Amino acid sequence: MNISNKIMDGIASMGRGLLDNLAGLGRASMVLVHALFVWPQPKTSFSLVVKQLYNVGVKSLLIIVVSGLFIGMVLGLQGYTILVDFGSEQSVGQMVALSLVRELAPVVTALLFAGRAGSALTAEIGLMKATEQLASLEMIGVDPLRRIVAPRLWAGFISMPILSMIFAIVGVYGGALVSIEWLGVFSGSYWSVMQGAVDFYDDILNGVIKAVVFGFAITWIAVYQGLESVPTSEGISQSTTRTVVYSSLIILALDFVLTALMFGDV
Amino acid sequence: MAIIENIIEINHLKFRRGDRVIFKDININIPQGKITAIMGPSGSGKTTLLKMIGGQLSPEQGEVLVGGVSVAGLSRKELFAMRKKMGMLFQSGALFSEMSVFDNVAFPLTVNTDLEPSLIRDIVLMKLQAVGLRGAAGLMPSELSGGMARRVALARAIALDPEIVMYDEPFAGQDPIGMGVLVTLIKKLNQSLGHTSVIISHDIQETLSIADYIHIMADGVVVASGTAREIRESRSAEVQQFINGHPDGPVPFHYPAENFMQQLMGEKVGIDR
Repeated sequence: MNISNKIMDGIASMGRGLLDNLAGLGRASMVLVHALFVWPQPKTSFSLVVKQLYNVGVKSLLIIVVSGLFIGMVLGLQGYTILVDFGSEQSVGQMVALSLVRELAPVVTALLFAGRAGSALTAEIGLMKATEQLASLEMIGVDPLRRIVAPRLWAGFISMPILSMIFAIVGVYGGALVSIEWLGVFSGSYWSVMQGAVDFYDDILNGVIKAVVFGFAITWIAVYQGLESVPTSEGISQSTTRTVVYSSLIILALDFVLTALMFGDV
Repeated sequence: MAIIENIIEINHLKFRRGDRVIFKDININIPQGKITAIMGPSGSGKTTLLKMIGGQLSPEQGEVLVGGVSVAGLSRKELFAMRKKMGMLFQSGALFSEMSVFDNVAFPLTVNTDLEPSLIRDIVLMKLQAVGLRGAAGLMPSELSGGMARRVALARAIALDPEIVMYDEPFAGQDPIGMGVLVTLIKKLNQSLGHTSVIISHDIQETLSIADYIHIMADGVVVASGTAREIRESRSAEVQQFINGHPDGPVPFHYPAENFMQQLMGEKVGIDR
């Protein structure tokens, strides 16, 4: 095979890959539209969402609280060791709070959420596909996109910002624990500097918006990977891995875009 | 659905998966109220055909008519409405793993009807009694044997008293007792409830013993159709190989390959080293 043929094959293969990805994006969009833009059934929709809120939200609480506490403690320690050189250790509360609320809470919560809840969603839906439970629902006359996918999507959208806020609150207390109790920063300074520096709209609301966007991205990727998984043990394992990898990359990329939009004009 | 002689009509069905032709030209009529079996070797597209009747797959060419209506032409909403008149027993049972046996059987009733809970309870108990598992109502699917799971799935499939019940390999992997129970159940339920039964299977003796009509598919076409007696007496080489289980014949033992001697002599090696 000569070089020009190899180049042509390479271009053709790239084209096929691009077309496959576009087709996948189209299918994922159809899943989203069919699952979300339907009239809710009051008899069942609410209880299904509550059940999924427990599965994806409440069951993620422990990992979020523990991670938030340690990250807040590390921030307090690192912030203190840097700021003490400039005699500004009383501002450590501001550093801890802004770092958490603007960046670390939404991003780290999202990464943990992708690993804990996203992978579980993909594996659950993939196994339901492999054991013909989704096909069985269809044959009973129930749309799996409404019954299985929609409640999980809503639960993901709702629980991510709440988890992110819990992460930030626990982190702030973790920072306080290290700064005030261990390193001797004056308690009044820690809290009052923080209160003066953190703005509700610029900091807290932007952080919540980030968490909502990340929650949307993770849950969409997770349910789509579950629905598209090859119904074998290897196929489900690959889809679960893809959920975590794609979600993590998308979170980091979206975080840059959102940060640039929110804080780029400073 | 109006009362018509053939509740399912499959006309000139063509279907491919990638480059592989599954159906070249399939024509099958399924009469109302009877047990019709569709048989054939593994990979002949039996389950694919069942998915087309249920509207889970669309044909490339040709049509599948259920109650005189083309399944492929239905909207998503109409399709789900049509499926409420169908029951399907999946090969794996496909019970919902997070629900008890009772809730699995009650599920089609709770999502598709506005019946009172007490009435749903009575119907579920009647369906479970019909399959002999009323005593297992409180168990979870993980606590059931393979045969019991399939009987629960059968109770769920008939929960809405469907007009058509489709069975995907109902006897596969069953011990002789479980197989006997299912054979008797399918026959009894068909007689007592009056629905149309479509059985996909390659368990010859069990299927021939209860089916009113049999269609044998091979190589993308229907190679034989008729009653159990007509099938047994068929002179077709494909039919005889299939019902007698001959390892070689029209369905070859060997997967297509290069000339064996040439490959051994290294003239054309098909395995990269």
